[in-house]
This record gives sequence, structure tokens and C-alpha cells, in this order.
Amino acid sequence: MTARSRWPVRVVALSYLALLIVVPVGSVFYRAFAHGFVAAWVAITTPDALHALWLTLVVALIAVPLNTVFGVGVALILARHRFRGAWLLDALIDIPLAVSPVVVGLALVLAYGQTGWFGRPLAAAGITVIYAVPGIVMASAVVSLPYVVRSVLPVLLEIGTDQEEAAATLGAGPAAVFSRVTLPSIRRGLAYGVTLTTARVLGEFGAVVVVSGNITGKTQTMTLFISNSVENLNSTAAYAGAVLLALLALFVLAVMSAEKKERGPRWRSRSDRSQSDSEPHLLLTG
Amino acid sequence: MSNFLGSRARVLPSSAVGLLVALFATCAATLPAGAAGGNVALVAYSTPKPAFAALISAFAKTSSGTGVSFSQSYGPSGTQATDVASGLPADVVNFSLSSDMDKVVKAGLVSPSWDSGPTKGMVTDSIVSFVVRKGNPKHITSWADLVKSGVKVITPNPFSSGSAKWNLMAAYGAQLAQGKSQTAATSYLSDLFKHVVAQPSSASNALQTFLSGQGDVLLDYEDDALYAQRQGEPISIVTPPQTILIENPIAVTTKAADPAAAKAFVAFLLTPAGQKIWGQQGYRPVLASVAKQFSFPKPEKLFTIESLGGWTKVNGSFFDPETGKVAKIEAGLGVSTSSG
Amino acid sequence: MPRRIRRMAARLAGPGLAVTYLSLLVLLPLAAVLSSAFSSGPGAFWQAVSQPEAVAALRLTLLCSLAVAAVNSVLGLVIAWMLVRDDFPGIKVVGALIDLPFALPTIVAGLTLLSLYGPNSPFGVNVAGTPAGILLALAFVTLPFAVRSVQPVLAELDRETEEAAATLGASPAGVVRRVVLPSIAPALLAGAGLAFARAVGEFGSVVLISGNLPFHTEVASSWIYSLSQSGDLSAAAAVSVVLVLIALFVLVGIGLVRRRFGVAESV
Repeated sequence: MTARSRWPVRVVALSYLALLIVVPVGSVFYRAFAHGFVAAWVAITTPDALHALWLTLVVALIAVPLNTVFGVGVALILARHRFRGAWLLDALIDIPLAVSPVVVGLALVLAYGQTGWFGRPLAAAGITVIYAVPGIVMASAVVSLPYVVRSVLPVLLEIGTDQEEAAATLGAGPAAVFSRVTLPSIRRGLAYGVTLTTARVLGEFGAVVVVSGNITGKTQTMTLFISNSVENLNSTAAYAGAVLLALLALFVLAVMSAEKKERGPRWRSRSDRSQSDSEPHLLLTG
Repeated sequence: MSNFLGSRARVLPSSAVGLLVALFATCAATLPAGAAGGNVALVAYSTPKPAFAALISAFAKTSSGTGVSFSQSYGPSGTQATDVASGLPADVVNFSLSSDMDKVVKAGLVSPSWDSGPTKGMVTDSIVSFVVRKGNPKHITSWADLVKSGVKVITPNPFSSGSAKWNLMAAYGAQLAQGKSQTAATSYLSDLFKHVVAQPSSASNALQTFLSGQGDVLLDYEDDALYAQRQGEPISIVTPPQTILIENPIAVTTKAADPAAAKAFVAFLLTPAGQKIWGQQGYRPVLASVAKQFSFPKPEKLFTIESLGGWTKVNGSFFDPETGKVAKIEAGLGVSTSSG
Repeated sequence: MPRRIRRMAARLAGPGLAVTYLSLLVLLPLAAVLSSAFSSGPGAFWQAVSQPEAVAALRLTLLCSLAVAAVNSVLGLVIAWMLVRDDFPGIKVVGALIDLPFALPTIVAGLTLLSLYGPNSPFGVNVAGTPAGILLALAFVTLPFAVRSVQPVLAELDRETEEAAATLGASPAGVVRRVVLPSIAPALLAGAGLAFARAVGEFGSVVLISGNLPFHTEVASSWIYSLSQSGDLSAAAAVSVVLVLIALFVLVGIGLVRRRFGVAESV
């Protein structure tokens, strides 16, 4: 880039970023503490707020491992097995990307709500999904479903099967091959996928607002707490909650960029199936 | 690509997990120690949240309220009633209007005799007020002012919100109270809808929409308007010359996990002490003795829903999603909020 | 024989479990949406998706998503260009910032934009309740798609070709037009498509700043939400079907573009 063309590009790029991202996010911090740190602290440590934070973390602690196991499993299946319908499975993984979170919530209500498809058998079994924690976990799991698969699959395809086969030849069982050979090599891709999944689960709103019933102290997550605080004109609580989630997001971001650097060169290399999904992990977030 | 944390890269993922677990533990540790005295799941319409916060903490100081914990859900009255009927757990339900209570009665979750008490099942009263920008720059003082050219009105969606139904019946009844015919009153509603720019799902949502700068007039519960004023929002409240008396029902459900605690709470809400707190929160107390202690504005003409035929009849003739007058007006304007 | 069956069972167990998980979470619920959308016949479906407010919401959603995809493609390219070709103190932080909209919860994003460009704006810029507010929110959430799609392609772009073209007398604009654009076009298109698909379904960041004014600033997901709040689940499902079809169509299109032009060739 010539010196002459550099400045216009900088000005345009940086001012767009400033107006769209930096200044708005900064202003949330400012507003949260507009009435002082104490007011913000009080607003975010009420029993309702603490429960919302706790629930958000509980949901993450259930949904993220579920999607991690599923994601690694599916990535292994798609990378290591040839079977009819593999392409279909591959395509289905991406469906949550095409679906609005509100529709995800609505779909869960129509399937698992009391008047939904499985409402009666579930009620007979004494299981409540909608307006309860299972519904929130499911909604969060749906919207964050593709991330681990899309972060791990390209790595698996790229590393190939040589090492795994060698280990198997040397007498290692499938479990040992997975834990000693496969897992270490996909570790960073996996960590990246898990990070993205976590970010998405912590921040989900549209799908959760439809299924949760928004019960304070029971089914109100942090994002619902924020939107409720906005509705109840409690701006300090809303902004303080937003700051809390924003800090978590910044932390996630730090992990992401650290991961990216560590894994950088490998990510760019080519392999047959990953090429149609170049950096798909980045493009999935919703 | 970028990494602004340099060499700490390796430590980060594990420290991320560590942080989450630590946060989790902190939250779990600071949560109230659980339901020693039972739990009451309260499901209510959108606006009484701040009032319940005050009432619950007052209840906790009474002998029957000690140790009782609460979970609460607030939302559009109609939506909340439908949700309770279809499984949202509720021990105490507080709706905007009695016909939402009827939905829950029909689902067998509230006794049909819920309205037999001394207050006929009602816990609070209010009226429909106009909320305008501070200083009333558009000089809105009467219902006729709402349909002047250039006036933008916000009222919630009558197919989810109870407040919206009260607002529309206030508008309709106000025409009758001014001596107009039913036909003229219906055509006033039709004119009013031409000025409605937004129909948010609930009264709370509508207030927030108004405060975010939309519209010139918000039709709202008086108590909600007073709450906004207490919060320092730049609004003025106009009491229309003719308006409707709002009556909000409450009941304990038949499925209450801890019926004793739920009943004790509802009983507390109806004591003079409880009613006084409601009054301080902007609601008109249903106990005459307590109501005397407050001086709420007196509209020239205050009418009840009974004078318009009662909710059962009004719901059919105005709010039936297919044949109701409101649905027809909205369909005619192409703004239907219920696709029937 | 039993051994063969055991082996087959073992081979099928993995895919079987995966498909079950996927079915419970995604396929069955979406099938329930489809069935609910047509539960009162195709006439009711058509009525729900063709009523004026639904049409207005879908139209607004499509127009805003298209506009945002276009704007962010251009500005995303400029930003990616800077990140790849420029160097100044702090550029790494700028690069990391691009991903912030990914990590930030959408409701926080909405609140963020409302606090700055809403009625209490310190700049006196109030776009709350206008289509501009929607564009702002959508631009925020879709920016990373636009930047991150073209950035790796730009990074791998052969600079020698550009220099050769410049040496042969091509103007900087000519170099961009003749050399750079053709190589990044598929990636640019893919990024725009992803941004569009994301924008079509967006809810959390839009809901606070748009004001949800029917016929003016009500987007499709808000309309679906409003229908479901009014208890009209089958109409909500009908509009959902349309929305999902639009997004799926775009995603399939992106896949085709990628395969056809081999986006990864330059990656």
C-alpha cells in the first residue's frame, strides 16, 4: 500500500469501527457507572441478578459440554467414516445458522410445549421443558450447535489419519488413540470451537426469551434480566448487567485471538472438504 | 492474526474455564439459602413488578412471610394467562383484567369462585391515563385531542396486553359518556387506530417505546405513568375527563406448591398495610379505608367495565380475533395484530 | 455373524446418536413449525404470510439486510485491506475488535447502540424508531462476517501480480479493479451472503432500537415474536417458514458460489 492510499483507508476503516463498535461499547461502561460504582454493584448483586447470572452459567455448563461431545463426535464421523447420507448430516449441522433465534424458540414450544407435539407424553412423564431450565438449555444448545463441528472438522481432515493408524498398529485401543493422538492434535481447534459455543450460549436472547417464561429467580437468564431491566426503566441494572456480559465477551475475545494466533498457519492450509468452508468457524456466529 | 495477549495464549483457555467455575461458585454461594419457608411462584402482568418488590420485602417482615421466597414472572397479561394455562408454573396469578383470569379458570388452575371475596377478587384499581412529553407540548387534554392531525398515539397490542384492552374500552366508553352513540364511539376507535404508530406487546414495553422517543401520547395505566414519573422520566400525566376504572384481579392457583404461603401472601396484599404500599406505588387501593389516605386525581366521569357490559361480553364483541370490532378495524386499516 | 452385527452396530451407533441429538434439537422442532404453519390448511398459511403487516415486515427485513450486506461488504473490504496491508501501533487490537460483535450478546449490542444513538444520545443523533436504527444494529452484528470472509483471501493475494500490473502502467484503481477484485469476488460474495443470512433472522440487537413500529420499523422476527405473544402460534409459524426458507436459500447459494468459484483456491 502506498503512503498516499494508506491514510484514506485508515480514516474510513477506523472511523467506521469507532462509530459502530468502540464508542457504543464504551458508552455502556460509562452509563453503567453514571450513578457511581456502588449503584452498579448494588444493582447487579440483587438476588434476582445473581440468580440470573447463576442460571446463565448453569445453562452454559450443560449446553457447552453437550455440544462439545456432539461436535467432536460428528466431526469424527464426518472426517473418518464414509457412509451414505454423510453429506446430509454435514448440511444439517448448519441449519441453526439459517434460522432466526425467535423461530428456534417457537419451534421448541411447538414441539415440547404443553400443547405441542410431545406435550402430553412429557407431561405424563412429569417432565417440563418449556418455561423451565431444560427448554433454556435446549434453545441455547440449538443456536450454538454448529461451532464445535465447524472448528474441529477442518483440523481433523487436515491432520489425516496417519498418526492414528500408526498408533493403532502399535496396539493402542480406540480410546487410547483418541485421547493420546487425536485429541492433542485437535486441542486448539476444539478450544476455539468451545469458546465460540460458550460466547453464544452466554449471550443468547431471542430463542431463550420465547421458551423461558422469564421467571425471576427461576428461568430468567442474564440477557433476559437486562431486557427486563430496560423495560422496568432500571437503566443502572440494565447497563451494569450489560457491562458484566460485555466483560465476559471481552474475555472470550481474548481467548479467541490467542487461539487464532497459536493455530494460525494450520488454519489456512488446504484440504479437500475444508476448502468449501474456509474459516467457517468464524462465519457461524449468530 | 491478532493477539493482544501475547505469550499468555496457552494459559487463557484453561483460565477461561477457571473463571467460569469461580463465577459459578461465587453466585451459588451468594444465592439465598433456599426455600426454608416455602416458595411462591408469582405470575403477573407487566407493570406491577416494582410494586411487588416493595410488597414482597414488607411481607417478609410479617410473621407469615418470614422465610418465604419468591419467583416472579412479568409479561403481557394475555400472554401470561395463556402461558399459565399451558404450563407456566404459577402459585399466585395477578392479571390486568378478569377475562385473563377466566382463561386460567377454564384450564382448571383457579377456582371458579375466585371472585367471591370482599373485593370481588380484585387487588388493585387504577385508571387509564394519557402520558405525554414533559410540559404537554401537543396540548393533549381530551380524547378528541388524540385524533387531531399529526398526533401519534402508542397503545399496546390488545391481542396480548390487558392494558391495551382497558385503553380501548376507555376510549370507547369515553365517547358514550360524552353522549355519543355506539356507532359514533366505534368510529372514534377506528379514527384512533389511524393515529396509533406502535402496538408493543405489553404496557411496560409500550412505556419503554414511548420513552425511547416514539409517539406523542401513550395510553397507559395511571400507576405505570406514576412509576415512570418517580423514576425521573421527562413526562407529564394527563387524566382524561372521562376514563375507565381499571380493576386488577388476583388469585391463588389450585396447583400452588405451598398453598399456605401463597394464600398468606395474597391475604397480606389485601390488608391495610399491603394496600397502603400499593397506594404508595401509584395504585388505587381497593380498600376504601386505605384509599381515603391518598388523593388520586378525580376524572369528571369515571365508568366501569360493567357499565359497558362486562369483560365477557366486551371480549366477544370487541376483541374476538375474527369477528371483534377491534380486529375488524385493524384489518380494515391493514394493521391487524391478530391474523385470526 | 454376531460379530458382524456387533461391528455394524458399533459403526452405526455414532451416526445414530448424532442424528438423534440433531433430530431432538433441530429437525423435530422445525417439523413442528412446518406442521403448525399448515395446520389450518394452505389458505390459512397464505393469509398469515400475505397480510399487510407480515408483508411489510418481511419486505423491511429483506431491504435492510440487503443494504447492510452491501454496505458491510464495501467497508468490510476496506477494513480487511487495512488489517492486511497496513501496520501501525495498535493494529492488533483493532484486528481483535472485529470479533467483538461475535462475542457480545445481541441484547447488549442493542442496548449499547441505543445508549449512544437513542433519545439520550450525547451526540444528539437519535435513530431509535427509524429504519436507520435497524441498519445500525444489523451493521454491528454482521461486520465480522464481511471482514473475516475477505481478510484471509486478501492476505494470500499474490502481490507480485499487483506490482506487475502497476509496473505495466495500471493505475491503483485499475489494479484494484482488474487484479484484486476478481480474485476476492467469490469471498466477498460469500461474506455478503452470510451477513445477509444473519441479518434476516436478527432479533436481539434490533428489538430495542427499532421501536417495532408496524409498517415502519418492525422486522420479521419481531413480528413473529409479537404473533407468538398474542397466542397466534400458527401464524407465527407460517411467517417463520418464509423467513427460514429465505435464509436457507441464501446459505445454499453461498455453498454453490464457493464450490463453483472455488473460494478456497486462494485461501
